[in-house]
Amino acid sequence: MLQQDKQTGATNGANANGANANGRHKEIGTISLKRGLAQMLKGGVIMDVVTPEHARIAEEAGACSVMALERVPADIRKDGGVARMSDPAMIVSIMETVTIPVMAKCRIGHFAEARILEAIGIDYIDESEVLTPADEENHVSKHDFSVPFVCGARNLGEALRRISEGAAMIRSKGEAGTGDVVEAVRHARAILGDIRRLKGMRRDELYTYAKEIQAPILLVEETADLGRLPVVLFAAGGIATPADAALMMQIGVDGVFVGSGIFKSGNPAIRAKAIVEATTHFNDWKIVAEVSKNIGEPMVGINVSSLPKEELLATRGW
Amino acid sequence: MKIGVLALQGDFAEHKQMLLRLGVDVVEVRLPRDLECLDSVIMPGGESTTFAKLAMRFGLMTPLREFAHQGKALWGTCAGLIFLAKDIGRDQPTLGLMDIKVKRNAFGRQIDSFTTDLQIESVAGGPFIGVFIRAPSIESVGANVRVLCALDDGTIVAARQDNLLATSFHPELTQDTRVHEYFVNMTKACKPGYPDVDDPAL
Repeated sequence: MLQQDKQTGATNGANANGANANGRHKEIGTISLKRGLAQMLKGGVIMDVVTPEHARIAEEAGACSVMALERVPADIRKDGGVARMSDPAMIVSIMETVTIPVMAKCRIGHFAEARILEAIGIDYIDESEVLTPADEENHVSKHDFSVPFVCGARNLGEALRRISEGAAMIRSKGEAGTGDVVEAVRHARAILGDIRRLKGMRRDELYTYAKEIQAPILLVEETADLGRLPVVLFAAGGIATPADAALMMQIGVDGVFVGSGIFKSGNPAIRAKAIVEATTHFNDWKIVAEVSKNIGEPMVGINVSSLPKEELLATRGW
Repeated sequence: MKIGVLALQGDFAEHKQMLLRLGVDVVEVRLPRDLECLDSVIMPGGESTTFAKLAMRFGLMTPLREFAHQGKALWGTCAGLIFLAKDIGRDQPTLGLMDIKVKRNAFGRQIDSFTTDLQIESVAGGPFIGVFIRAPSIESVGANVRVLCALDDGTIVAARQDNLLATSFHPELTQDTRVHEYFVNMTKACKPGYPDVDDPAL
């Protein structure tokens, strides 16, 4: 149906005559519009919420977007079993509560869940390793959708593979639901470090490098020319404090996702506000220190190095 | 000339890039002290609720209003337009400077975001690509506000009131610097002691 709308738009445009045809020929679902919404989120905090009440608290704290889901990653980890897309009714109730953009997660490769999320009018889809993968070989072909996608990555090759499939935004995978920032740091440093190395390479070395990291050569060249990913890069997975957010911004990401870190803490409203403030003022240590004071207990957390390999979420996705 | 870009949240880096291409000095504005010595300020795209929370917490509301009252130029794109407006039809703090009534998310959600060709008054050289992302529209304007661009159905998407400029769309997401050039000229014209924009000395 969306495809049809696009064609109708084109037909109208062709029929329009005269220079003063403002807004008669509209294009929707383009790459620049998908990447553009992520650009609007930069310098901001995207928070996981499980109820409309949480969503209100997040918006009131200054979140630039919320991720609507039934269970935060810490609970998904604890409960075990198959983690799926959330009930669309629950997601819609959050969309109706806040005016900021709302994201929701589908399973890796589960394009039917993605179509359902697109049908309810979600603003961004996270094809997420936090849910149980539905396809162990293929990710969703994201170019086919009008709605934009964000995907997790651990290194530059993975990020560029996701972008080649149509992802309009990349986040570190981190290790969701642990409150341990170590994996988010590892992934952000890997992606940004790979780009720094890329910038120092000769043109004729890019081909072999593209092969090594299993990424399309055109995207490798574009990244080398830009000196950054062609899409917005956020940190995600284990961020729990204002200092964690400032650390990730200093490392060079464009913004942060906070999952379990807020609503599994002692005082979500105050912590959420402090993380927003630290993300904006990440270069001003006096402000980061000020907002870190008296914000209550952080989530207890799990040390990632104590987790058995089969419980790691970051290794999902290919 | 020094132009500030409100850097609380949003696509301020994209505005900065456009201004640097025009050879303008750019300052990121996060605190009131950052406004010192600036000739004008751009408020970028982003989330207007986030802007409001952070501007209030870090004491930027009054200094920004005073900045405008001194006659210096301000330009808001998308969320920045909302932040400039007097009336946004809901209980959310704004600078309340521009006599416009704004409708947030006027065109729908992200799947309704669109690009379209625009003719903008005083922006010569053919159509300008308007990038509208969950964009607001201007429902009505006061007597002292000039409409610079409206869609065929009458929806107002760009307007000017003396030293204030508002656009629903994002010129900073294109490679076309014409609207930024317009604002640089506006900045010169609003600067005390520089009455003539066409002065060759500028």
